[in-house]
Amino acid sequence: MSHKTDRTLVVRALARVEGEGAMHVRVRGGAVEDVRLEIYEPPRFFEAFLRGRRHTEPPDITARICGICPVAYQMSACLAIEAACGIEVSAPVADLRRLLYCGEWIESHALHIYLLHAPDFLGYASALDLAREGRGRGLVERGLALKKAGNAIMELVGGRAIHPVNVRVGGFYRAPARTEMAALAEKLRVALDLALDTVVWAAGFEFPDFHHDHEMLALVTPGQYAIDRGTVASTGGLTFAPAEFEDYVIEEQVPHSTALHARLAGRGRYLTGPTARYTLSGQWLSPVARQAADAAGLGAECRNPFRSILVRAVEVVYAVEEALRLIERYEPPAPCHLEVPPRAAVGHAATEAPRGVLFHRYAIDAAGLITSARIVPPTSQNQASIEDDLRRFVADRLDLDDQQLTRQCEQAIRNYDPCISCSTHFLDLTVDRG
Amino acid sequence: MTRQDNPGQRTVVVGVGNEFRRDDGAGPEVIARLRALQPGDASLSGVTLALSDGEPGRMIDLWEGARLAVVIDAVQDTTMPPGHRYQLAVDAVSGVADGAASSHSVGLGDTVELARVLGRLPARLTVLAVVGRDFGFGTDLTPEVAAAVGELVGQVREIVR
Repeated sequence: MSHKTDRTLVVRALARVEGEGAMHVRVRGGAVEDVRLEIYEPPRFFEAFLRGRRHTEPPDITARICGICPVAYQMSACLAIEAACGIEVSAPVADLRRLLYCGEWIESHALHIYLLHAPDFLGYASALDLAREGRGRGLVERGLALKKAGNAIMELVGGRAIHPVNVRVGGFYRAPARTEMAALAEKLRVALDLALDTVVWAAGFEFPDFHHDHEMLALVTPGQYAIDRGTVASTGGLTFAPAEFEDYVIEEQVPHSTALHARLAGRGRYLTGPTARYTLSGQWLSPVARQAADAAGLGAECRNPFRSILVRAVEVVYAVEEALRLIERYEPPAPCHLEVPPRAAVGHAATEAPRGVLFHRYAIDAAGLITSARIVPPTSQNQASIEDDLRRFVADRLDLDDQQLTRQCEQAIRNYDPCISCSTHFLDLTVDRG
Repeated sequence: MTRQDNPGQRTVVVGVGNEFRRDDGAGPEVIARLRALQPGDASLSGVTLALSDGEPGRMIDLWEGARLAVVIDAVQDTTMPPGHRYQLAVDAVSGVADGAASSHSVGLGDTVELARVLGRLPARLTVLAVVGRDFGFGTDLTPEVAAAVGELVGQVREIVR
């Protein structure tokens, strides 16, 4: 146990986050002096890479930013370009997109819950160690089976599980047949039981007593849990259209990171992601998901980031149910896409990626070439809030030795399921106690 | 019956990586070249050619039940020069491809071990690893790795023959 008032902790290669990055915590005189999350951002590379490309290309190109949430990138890209070109897809095409998005939520959340986050709560170093234990093997199997249901949606609607190829500006290249959807529904009915079991299981975890007061921001579609569209809203009463995103969200350079830090103009840091969605749209969960949330002890809002695993589990229930609902009423859209002729214009869109609001903006010239692109991923929006959490979290735990403190910091970072693939290269954790 | 029709006879070749991260794109590039060769190449007949970002669940789904899986991945290794190739055989019973340190967040070694614990390894798994030099943003391979890709294509054709 270390009780030094000045110290430095160093953790290399923070495990079980998507990708890699760096985190530094500096303690001086028994107080936390500085917390920095270092980020190197692929979206900036992709923004430059997109300039000069045809307006039909961003869905395929931006899908490569992240292997875990390619659909989010495709959907925000399609909607932004369609907005620029003055096209709105038909309701059946929009429904098919929402179904595909449900697949990504299931897949991404199941991966995070079972393989990345649950081991923290159960006292295992990794999902591999969990799988080696008697009951743990069944839990990991359940997680992989749940995830596979999401894969099945991605494969049928998206054309393949990784980087879907069936999505295009204006809709889809091919609409699945009703018979194919029926087979998918069978898998999802099994997955619904697995998802409900997951909520009950996660509700039994021990959650540290820790709360934040961040302003939370998410898309809202009254009457429906927001996934593929919505107005941007915050717990502080802000409401604005995705097209106004850049008026309200300011990104600034910080010295320790190549990533830009986002803040709400005139207000400061904010938080996006599952707990923000749940807090702003929890009343529009499906009845079964709502009941699962209530039984798990989730109230009207969730401000304990450690309970985000529970919110993700509830969102998986919702996504499976919503997918079943969409399949139930599915008729192959005809046509399955609209032609989207280019025009000189700027288009904006935001959708709810598994980790939070994902904003895209494209400027297109009359020939259909992209002249500028802007992508704001959720992880970079959350950086300031993650740092603030860490600052307070560490301050309350300075009596822990370096190893324990580092482990708990890692768990606190994983609360946010940071998609470092989307926003950074290496994630090492350094805690400097002088 | 072709190899593809019979799951127990299935052969799968998986290219792991991200073609927007320079040398990390070695695996996908090998798959692209194999796909171009496949129509006229008897050794590749019925072989499933797949891409992966290394995510363990999908990787396990790809190789589970296969007679043979070949995984191609770029690795970071300061002990050997860029372009150096490793061939590692993984036995379904005895374990892990030591040293198969992937450039991805969940290492290939961990994925192999997880599959072994879950009883979901293929009957035979061969890992072909190539040492990368640059994993920064970009779409082109470094010359050393680009040269190794041609060798890897030949190696895969030999292994699956």
